[in-house]
Amino acid sequence: MLHLILFSVFGLICVAGAVNLLVQSHPINSALSLVVVMGSLAVEYLLLGAEFVAAVQVIVYAGAVMVLFVFVIMLLNAGAEEHTKGSIIALALGVPGMLIAAILIAWVLVTKSGIHPLSLNALPGHPKDIAQLLFHDFLLPFEVTSILVLIAIMGSVVLASRPEAIEHSKKES
Amino acid sequence: MMAAMITAMTATTLKAPLAMFSATAPLMPNIPHAADYIRILPEIVLSIFGMVIMFVDPLMDERKSQKTLGGIALLGAFAAIAATLFQAQPQYVGLGFWNMVRVDNFSSFFHFLVAAITAVVILTSYEYMEVQQIRAGEYYGLILFGAVGMSLMSSAVELVLIFIALEISSISTYVLAGFRRRASISSEASVKYFLLGSFATAFFLYGVALMFGATGSTSISVIAEKLAAGNHSLLVYAGVALMFVGLGFKVAAAPFHVWTPDVYEGAPSPVVGFMSTAPKAAVFAVLLRIIFEAHVPGTLWLIWVAAALSMTIGNIAALVQNNVKRLLAYSSIAHAGYLLVAFAALPANGIPAAMFYTAAYAAMNIGAFAVVSHFANAGERYVKMEDYEGLGRRSPILAATLTIFLLSLIGIPMTGGFFAKFYVFSAIAQAHLTGLLIIGVLNSAIGAYYYLRIIVVMYMREAQEEVPVTPIPVGLGLALALSLGATIYLGVVPNRVLIYAQTSVSELTSSSAPIASGSQANSAMASDGH
Repeated sequence: MLHLILFSVFGLICVAGAVNLLVQSHPINSALSLVVVMGSLAVEYLLLGAEFVAAVQVIVYAGAVMVLFVFVIMLLNAGAEEHTKGSIIALALGVPGMLIAAILIAWVLVTKSGIHPLSLNALPGHPKDIAQLLFHDFLLPFEVTSILVLIAIMGSVVLASRPEAIEHSKKES
Repeated sequence: MMAAMITAMTATTLKAPLAMFSATAPLMPNIPHAADYIRILPEIVLSIFGMVIMFVDPLMDERKSQKTLGGIALLGAFAAIAATLFQAQPQYVGLGFWNMVRVDNFSSFFHFLVAAITAVVILTSYEYMEVQQIRAGEYYGLILFGAVGMSLMSSAVELVLIFIALEISSISTYVLAGFRRRASISSEASVKYFLLGSFATAFFLYGVALMFGATGSTSISVIAEKLAAGNHSLLVYAGVALMFVGLGFKVAAAPFHVWTPDVYEGAPSPVVGFMSTAPKAAVFAVLLRIIFEAHVPGTLWLIWVAAALSMTIGNIAALVQNNVKRLLAYSSIAHAGYLLVAFAALPANGIPAAMFYTAAYAAMNIGAFAVVSHFANAGERYVKMEDYEGLGRRSPILAATLTIFLLSLIGIPMTGGFFAKFYVFSAIAQAHLTGLLIIGVLNSAIGAYYYLRIIVVMYMREAQEEVPVTPIPVGLGLALALSLGATIYLGVVPNRVLIYAQTSVSELTSSSAPIASGSQANSAMASDGH
């Protein structure tokens, strides 16, 4: 019962965040609402028993991808959104269209697909299975990847620095 | 750079407890044994020395650090040779890290080769760095880390690990190619190499994925078993072709050779000596494993065409070059072709011939580039054919050593190049591939022309303008002595190396009835760990 309540609450938060994302006119506000959407989706995954997907959702989407988004927005120095005639037409056609599509999909999923109750731990893809592969069977490739990352960083240090920093001039010495 | 080290450190310290944690899982030996670590000992040694260099580099005055860092790197390369010899003891032969790496005569051969090449390259760079005013810290670090990737490629028996090792070796060479920051030609080389190289690795990875899709495994022994059981779906052929494209690029085999001359021309000469030998040797080791151990189907004609094209294109294009570095670049394409010829032969002759060729080619090519790098002087100004005029009179020793390396590249008796070609061509003759044999022999005759042209220019032409020749410094002298010694040793008493290479034939081919021997080795490993 608690599961269901939590699931519905976070589902509502997720939808509210998504709607807010569209309503906000400043890109930064939209990006922050996207964080809410990603975070509440992660909780939904967790409640469905997909712990690993939930963790990856937080790390990759809510973490890395969102940081990139915000960086790009700040870099472009994007201002507030402007409404044109085209965007009003898109609004008038898009909102009813979206609603119809959502109802159709929900109807198909509920009636046509053979959905049946499933216990929480019945699905594969547990963190334990993944850990078994990552830290046991493929331990060596996993560890060696850190050298790969290290030389990539070294490479960017070398290639990004100015030539004077790499090659000291002979006149100085 | 400090940040880099901290990330690397936290990464390793974080992983260690996690590895322990998985010990609670019901499977049997979960923590790597000491023997597992000894099976990657040369790689561990090289990584440690690479990190030491990066720690020492910021602590030292930039202008005085080059010799010290070079010394540490050299020590690292020799320690890796010692680790390889230690690892080659019979009790450590076998699979490690749950079928990820295998130590055997084959892997030890290539480990030794890579470590020796690394040592000679570091010796060549020892004075070069100062002449060209290149900062040493990252340079030596990248060479050592690159050597980690190359060593790992030769012992890895799992395509995922091979891919990561290939990336390590490739990315470090992309960066090394761009180390002459003042020369725009060097940046061009780096960017070109990086873009085309990433494209090629993507091909390789795609091939691995298709192979995984077809056989359900990325382990070479399991793939061999599945293929032996008659699984020859279209996916397998597509996977093999894509993997061959990726690896063909890395060894500069035609038609994937277009990057070679530009990259070799722009990169610092010692680096060219490095990347035309060590990564190539490692990739050829991977190819040997894929072709002869996994017995992938459909490779014969791929290799036939690639070998014939590489030899012909490489030799004909080299005829018209006026820049010595470009000439040697085309010559290295041609030599990749000769080497590929060995892959078309039967395993019993082809494997030792290919291994011998990689060793002989490494010795003579690295020597030739060492001479070029010394003679090129600051900013690599003197790399044209005209600059070599009259060198025989002004610097007899330098000219004489270069002559011996060039004669070896032609394949004159008493040099390593002769026996390398001899074994390859006799292997292909025994496989009854007469067409390829004829193309190969014709090409060696064409190749003789442009190597002899350099010798003629050095000894029989008067210099138009005075090109300064500095006396040979200690590091370079040692590097030249080592590669000269190896070239002549392989040319006078080739038997020991050849017999050693022949022992790996059975290692590669017998493991195609693999899982049995694999699990035996595994249980042996488990028991000696307890």
